[in-house]
Amino acid sequence: MFELVLFSLLNGLVFGMLLFMLSSGLTLIFGMMGVLNFAHAGFYMLGAYFAYTLTGYLGFWPALVAAPLLVGVLGALVERYGLRRVHRFGHVAELIFTFGAAVVIEEVVQLAWGRPAKSYEVPEFLDFPLFRLFQGSFPAYKAFMLLISVAIFVFLFAVLTRTRAGLIIQASLTHPSMVAMLGHNVPRVFMVVFGIGSALAGLAGVIAGPVLGTFPGMAQVLGSIVFVVVVIGGLGSVSGAFVASLLIGIVQTFAVALNISLNSVLAAAGIPLDAQGPLHDLWKVTIAQVAPIMPYLLLVLILIVRPTGLFGTRSR
Amino acid sequence: MSRRYGVWIAAAAILAVLPHIVRTPVAVPVMSQMGIAVVFALSYNMLLGQGGMLSFGHAVYFGLGGFIAAHVLNLAGEGVFWLPVPFLPLVGGLGGLCFGALFGSFSTTRAGTVFAMISLGIGELMASSALILDKFFGGEEGITTNRVKAPTLLGLDFTTDRKVYYLIAFWAFVAAALMYAFSRTPVGRMANAVRDNPERAEFVGYSQRWVRFVSFCVAGLFAGVAGGLFALNYEILTAENMGLAASGSVLLMTFIGGIGSFFGPILGAIVFTFLQSMLSDYTGIWLLYLGLLFLATVLFVPAGLAGILMLHVPAWRAGRPGRLVGPYVVAGLLTLVAAVGVIGLLEMVHFVVSAPASRTTKRLFWVAVNVRTLWSWLAFAALAAAGALGFRWAAPRAAAAFAEASRPAEAR
Repeated sequence: MFELVLFSLLNGLVFGMLLFMLSSGLTLIFGMMGVLNFAHAGFYMLGAYFAYTLTGYLGFWPALVAAPLLVGVLGALVERYGLRRVHRFGHVAELIFTFGAAVVIEEVVQLAWGRPAKSYEVPEFLDFPLFRLFQGSFPAYKAFMLLISVAIFVFLFAVLTRTRAGLIIQASLTHPSMVAMLGHNVPRVFMVVFGIGSALAGLAGVIAGPVLGTFPGMAQVLGSIVFVVVVIGGLGSVSGAFVASLLIGIVQTFAVALNISLNSVLAAAGIPLDAQGPLHDLWKVTIAQVAPIMPYLLLVLILIVRPTGLFGTRSR
Repeated sequence: MSRRYGVWIAAAAILAVLPHIVRTPVAVPVMSQMGIAVVFALSYNMLLGQGGMLSFGHAVYFGLGGFIAAHVLNLAGEGVFWLPVPFLPLVGGLGGLCFGALFGSFSTTRAGTVFAMISLGIGELMASSALILDKFFGGEEGITTNRVKAPTLLGLDFTTDRKVYYLIAFWAFVAAALMYAFSRTPVGRMANAVRDNPERAEFVGYSQRWVRFVSFCVAGLFAGVAGGLFALNYEILTAENMGLAASGSVLLMTFIGGIGSFFGPILGAIVFTFLQSMLSDYTGIWLLYLGLLFLATVLFVPAGLAGILMLHVPAWRAGRPGRLVGPYVVAGLLTLVAAVGVIGLLEMVHFVVSAPASRTTKRLFWVAVNVRTLWSWLAFAALAAAGALGFRWAAPRAAAAFAEASRPAEAR
C-alpha cells in the first residue's frame, strides 16, 4: 500500500508539474487577452515533433533549447498576424480562431510527419532507473522532467515578481490602458507573452513526448485537461493554475491505480447487486475507468458552483 | 405575402426534384447527408448566431437523440411497441430536448466563456462516458439498428436510398421551417436581444437566463431530430458522433456559412458536406483544406459565405451587378491560380511523407507530376506566388468596383 501511495504521488507530481508548464502559459494568455487559447495544446504537440526531428540532427540538449524557441516564435507570429487581426471582431471570434488554429496545427503535423506515432525515445544517458523500492522503480527521466518543470516554475515566478519586465506584464494583465499611457507598447507585451506561453507549451512537449507518446492525437489528449486545470485554478491566476495542476495530476494518477467499483464496495459490505439490471452499467464502472472523466466532472461542477475558479477574481 | 412563402415553396420544389436532376449514383446519399447537416447546423446557429452562445458540445444532443432513436427503432423492430419509421426523428428530438433541458438548466446561467467551457466539459464528459457505459452506447462498436424491420405507415418502406432521401428532405424542410418560425416568435426575438445586450433585456422584463434556457432546449430538440435522421440514414451510431470532433465540425460548417443570417448555416452545411464527401475521395488531407478555409473565413470574412452574398444586395438593388463580373472574374481566376499552387505544394508534401519511397509520380490536376525533381516544386511555388501577387493587384480593383456598384441609385 505504501509503495502504491508513494509511486502514485511521485507520478502525480511529475504529471502535475507538466500540466503546470502548459497551464501557466495558457492562464497568462487568458489573463491578458480574455481568450482561452485552443491552439495551446497544439504548440505542445509541435514542441514534441520539433524536438523529435531536431534530436536526429543536433542531439538531445540543443533540441531541448531550440524546439521551444521555434515554437515560441511560431506562437508570436500566430498572435501578431492572426489573433490581433481577429481581436476587433470580439471574444467569440478570437475563441473560434484559436479553435481553427488548433485544427490546422493538428492537420499540418499529420501532413509533415505522417499519421503513425513517432518513436521519440528517452535519451540513452537518462534511460535508467533512478532508485528501486520494493518491486517498483522510478525512472531517471521522470526525475529529469520534474527537475525541468520545477526550474521553470521558479524561473517564471522570479521573472514575474522580481523583474521590471514581470511587473509590466502583471500590470498589463489588469490595467492595459494605464500601462500603455505610461509609454509601454502593450500589443508587443501581449505578443511576447503569447510567444513565451507557446514556448513553455513547446518545452512541455519536448520533455513529455518520450513518455506520453508523440502522435497526432497528443494535443487532444492533454488539451482539454489543461483547460480544466486553468478553469479550476481560476482564469488568469498563475498560483491557481499551480495548485490545480498538482491537484488534477495527483487525483488522476491515484484514480488510475484504484480498481474499485460501486459493485465491489457493496459486495464487500454484504449487499450483492443484480448484475443484469438496467443500471448494471453504472454499478460495474471502476474508479480507474472513471479517471478520464473526473477532470471534466470537476470542470462542470466548478463552473456551476464557482465560475471564478479556486483562486480567480473575475469570470468572463 | 406571396414573396414570403415563395422561397419556401421553391425550396420544397427543389428538394422534390433534385434526385431526378442529379443522376450520379453517389448524389442521393450525399444529399441525405446534407439534409441531416442542414438541420444540425441550423439548430447550432440558434445558439451561436441567434443566442450568442458559443457551444463546443452541441454534438451531445445530436448523439443522444440518435442513440435514443436507434434504441427505440430496435425496440419497435422487435415489436415491443408500435412506432412507424417516419416518426422516428420525433423520438430523437424528444431525447435531445430532455437532455437539452437537463444540461441547459445549469449551463445557461451565464453566457460567454463560462458557457463555452461548460459546453466543452459536458461534451468531453459525455464522449468519454459513452465509452464506459457500453450497454447503452455500445462501446467502441456503437449501436446498430435496422430501419426495415420496424412497422410501416401507409405502406411506406425505406428500402432504397431515394426513399430515405425523401424522408430526410421532408423532415429537414419541416425542421427548417419551424426553426425559422421560432426565430420570429417573441422568445426568438428576445434571444437576439439577450445576445446583444443582456442587461437591457433584463430591464425590459425578461430573465436572460430563461431566454437562453428556452433557446438551448429548442436547439437541443432540433439537434436530436438531426440525430434521429442520422440513425435512420446510417443505421449505426458510435461514441464518435457525440465527440469534440463532431461538435467542432458543426461549428466549422455554421461559421463558414455565416452566423449572421438564417440561410447561412444551410449554405455552410451544404458546402461543408459537399467538400467533405468530394475532397475525401481525392485527397487524404481534406481536413487540412477545410481547416484553412475555416481560418480564412474567421480572418477575412467573419460574416461567412452568406455575409458575402448579403453584401451584394445593394448592388443588386441598384441594378448594377453586371459591373462586378469583370473584376470578380479576374480576382477569382488569380485566386484559383494561387490555390492550385498551394494545393500542389501541400499534396506533394503529403505524397513525399506518406507514399512509399519507390513511387515518384503523382497525378495532380490531371497532370502526372514527378515529385522527386526540384522543377515541379518550383513550378507550383511560382504558381502560388504569381497568383498571390496578382491577387494583391486585382483585389483593390474589385473592391473599387464593388463600392462603385453598391452606391445607392439616387446618389448619382
